[in-house]
Amino acid sequence: MRNISLFIRRYAIFIAFVLLQILSLYLLFTTQKIHRAKGQGIMSNVTGFFNNQYHKVEGFFTMKAENKRIHALNDSLMNLLATNFIADKDSTFITSENTFKVLDSTKQTRQYLWRTALVIYNSVNSNRNYLQINKGAKDGIRDDMGVFSSDGSLVGKVVNTGQNFSEVMSLLHIMNKLNILVKRTGTRGILEWEGNASHLLTIEGIPKSDSVKVGDTIITGNFSLSYPADKNVGIVQAILKESNTNFLKLKVSPMADFSTIKNVFVVENLFINEQKALDDATKKKIDASVKK
Amino acid sequence: MSNLTKTILRFLLFVFMQVYVLNTMPRLHELITPYYYFIFILWLPFTYSRALVLFLSFLIGITVDYFNMSQGLFAAAATLVGFIRPFIINLFAPKDATGFSSYKEPSIQSMGTSAFSIYILALSFIHNFYVLFLEWLSFGSFILFLMKVLSTTLISVVLIFITELIYPRKQSYKTNKV
Repeated sequence: MRNISLFIRRYAIFIAFVLLQILSLYLLFTTQKIHRAKGQGIMSNVTGFFNNQYHKVEGFFTMKAENKRIHALNDSLMNLLATNFIADKDSTFITSENTFKVLDSTKQTRQYLWRTALVIYNSVNSNRNYLQINKGAKDGIRDDMGVFSSDGSLVGKVVNTGQNFSEVMSLLHIMNKLNILVKRTGTRGILEWEGNASHLLTIEGIPKSDSVKVGDTIITGNFSLSYPADKNVGIVQAILKESNTNFLKLKVSPMADFSTIKNVFVVENLFINEQKALDDATKKKIDASVKK
Repeated sequence: MSNLTKTILRFLLFVFMQVYVLNTMPRLHELITPYYYFIFILWLPFTYSRALVLFLSFLIGITVDYFNMSQGLFAAAATLVGFIRPFIINLFAPKDATGFSSYKEPSIQSMGTSAFSIYILALSFIHNFYVLFLEWLSFGSFILFLMKVLSTTLISVVLIFITELIYPRKQSYKTNKV
C-alpha cells in the first residue's frame, strides 16, 4: 500500500498528463464521428456570449458588403411582386388542370420555412470550418437545417444546436458532401471541399460528355432533405480533365462570401421527418423482400 | 503586476488573438495555418509548479477547442507542450543551484537568445506536429502533413518572435535590494 502511494506521488504529474491526454483524445475521436461534441451545447452559451460581444464591434466592418447583398436580394424579390404583373384579359391562361393548381394559392402547401439569424463567429482558416449563429433550439432551430447567405446562396448546414446558439458546418469543411446540379445542362454531381486555401470547391461525377463551361452556375439539387432545390451554390472556375476516369473535375468558387458573411437564413424542411421515415421504411421493405 | 493577474490577462489576450484574429483571417496558403495561442504556455513563470503548468495548458487548449469546435485537438497538444516544457527548461538551466530562479519567466533575456530560440522551436514543433498528426489521422496525405508541420512551425516561431520584439518583457532580478 505504501509503495502504491509512493508510486502515485512520484509520478503524479505524469499520471495527470496521461489522464488529460486520454480525456482530450476521447473528446476528439468521439466528436469527429458524430459531429456532436460532449458539452458543446452547454459551452455554446459561453462561447456565444463572447462571440456576440465581439460581433458588436466586428459587425461594423462587414456592414457595407452585407448591405449590398441584402439590397440585391430585395431587388430580385421586388421583381416577383404581384403588382408587377397584369392579368392577361383575353387569354385563357387557366388552360389545363396543371397550371390551375399552381395559380390557386389555397391549394399550395408550404414545405420550407425560412428564419433569419446572425452569424456571430465564423472561422475560415481550418480544414473544418464552422459558423456560430445566434439562434438555437429555443427559436426552433434543429440539426440538419440548411443555412443560406443573405443573397440566397448556400452556406452550410446546422450540425449542433444549443439552447440559444447553433453551430453550422460551412461549405468549407472537409466532411461536407452535397448533391448539386449544373444549372445550364442539368447534370448531377457531388460537391466537396478538399481543404484548399483557395476556397475552391470540387465537383465530381460530371461525365466527360457533358457540355459544362467555365462560368456556369451550380445550384442545389433536389435530392437533399435539408435544402430547397434551385438555390445558388457557386460558379464554375475551371474544368479539369482527368485521364484515368470518365468524369470531369470541376473547380467551383462558392457564391457566398465566407469572410464577410453576417445575416443568414436558416431553412427548415417541414416534411423532413416524414421524408426520412419514408426513406427508412422503404429500405426496410426492400431489404425484407430481398431476403425472402 | 503580480503573476496571477499577468497570467489571467495573457490567457484572455492569447485566446482572443487565436480565436478572433488568426482563425478568422482569410487563409494565405493551404500549408499556412497560424497556431499561436501556446505562447501562453511558453511564457508561464518559472515559479509555477509542474502540475499548475499542466493544468493551465489543458485549460487554454480546451478553451480554444470550444471556440473552434475542434474538441480535444488543441487540448491534447497544449497538454503535451505543458508536460514537456519543464524538461526543456531544465536542459538549459544553469548548472549551479539557483537555476533560473533569479528570473521570472522564460525570455531572451533570462535564457539567452540561442537557448530561447531552441526552446521556442522545440515546443512549437512538438505542438504543431501533434495537432497536425491528429488531423492527418482523419484527413490528408503524408507528404502534405510533413510540409504542413514545417511551414506551420515556421509561422508559429515567426509570430512568437515578433511578439517578443514588439513587447520586450522586463525581467527583473529578484535581489534582496528590493
